[in-house]
Amino acid sequence: METLEHIIAEHPFFAGLESYYTNLLTGCAANVRFDGGTYIFKEGEEANEFYLIRTGKVALEIFAPQRKPIMLSTLGEGEILGWSWLLPPYRWKLHAHAVEPVRAIALDGKCLRMKCEQNHDLGYEMLKRFAHIMEERLEATRLQLLDVYAVG
Amino acid sequence: MTMATTATTDPMLPEPYSVRQVLKETADTFTLTLESSNGSGGSAFQPGQFSMLWVFGVGELPISISGDPVERHRLVYTVRSVGQATHALVSREVGEAVGVRGPFGTGWPVEKAQGGDVLVIAGGIGLAPLRPVIYEVLHNREKYGRLVILYGARSPRDLLYRKELTSWARQRDTQVLVTVDYGGLSWRGHVGVVTTLFKYARLQPARSLAMACGPEIMMRFVARDLETHGFARENIYLSMERNMKCAVGFCGHCQHGPHFICKDGPIFSYDRMRPLLEKYEL
Repeated sequence: METLEHIIAEHPFFAGLESYYTNLLTGCAANVRFDGGTYIFKEGEEANEFYLIRTGKVALEIFAPQRKPIMLSTLGEGEILGWSWLLPPYRWKLHAHAVEPVRAIALDGKCLRMKCEQNHDLGYEMLKRFAHIMEERLEATRLQLLDVYAVG
Repeated sequence: MTMATTATTDPMLPEPYSVRQVLKETADTFTLTLESSNGSGGSAFQPGQFSMLWVFGVGELPISISGDPVERHRLVYTVRSVGQATHALVSREVGEAVGVRGPFGTGWPVEKAQGGDVLVIAGGIGLAPLRPVIYEVLHNREKYGRLVILYGARSPRDLLYRKELTSWARQRDTQVLVTVDYGGLSWRGHVGVVTTLFKYARLQPARSLAMACGPEIMMRFVARDLETHGFARENIYLSMERNMKCAVGFCGHCQHGPHFICKDGPIFSYDRMRPLLEKYEL
């Protein structure tokens, strides 16, 4: 059976991170499961963790009054869910909906924030990694907004 | 290098074909099956080539062939009805005449792809010119490694070839991933642009060849991301589109930098096309 430490150390998101740091991260990590159809978090709730998705699919949704939820994107195996834990006011900006049963590793954001404040090298490593994810998703969103498949 | 193949008869003279079948794929997209009216037995083509289709009295259109290269007796085209000529084409009744010139242009590098994994990336109606590649790989499974098909569309109702997508996904060593930009609540697949599927593709980039077709801006993002994922530029192929008229490099309507898309293309490797893709004046 794979240990949490092994999974975190081998995950591409943490590639290049010294074992000292992966050990620190493991101290803030726990295995979690969500049934299909349930919400992992909802807009406005406190954001105190992020997730490494191991299996399943998560839809990021936004609500507009008197409308059904709008699905903005989906995340799957190997992807990172959530960065609001890293930035004040530490509140989720979207709903995360498990559209299939999801297994994930939850990392305690409160615990990590404290460790990042105490150790700025760790904080920088975490920020670099999340900045990369933010850039990727911003670019994907831009392309999505272009509506490239629409008739000229 | 795949060589261009042009019609052996006068390339400017349309051959008479008749409509055998018109199949509605989506609200505005139709697949037409044509058969030769003069008993010539049809026309061989390479995956990726296109024909010039005459709707008599209306106009002529360049349309990629989307059928099975093995089925020489018929030509299949998937056409999106977006203007007068395309509307007239998809409105043909069974038995009505259509003129066909071609096939023209270069094909996808299916021979070069042999021995390695094949990545097919399609956006919107871009799946149509790639469907012959998928047939080619599935007919000759032993010659290729894994086949990965990544397909992006605007919404679930805009997906082409739904039954075939399901059928292809069941073939051995074949992975089919579909994503849409706007998924309704009943959609259980991926939501996001087609590049977001790369991370799920199970293949070895160093021994893979990628073929992409879709809106040009999509292909620019796709090619750039494929490079990031370890694909060599010379192993990334794109299908370019410009205003093709004569289809044999005489008229110059489809000139794109130093290339005539109709004759030198429409399939180009990314290392040849990259400087032009990044020029905003073009």
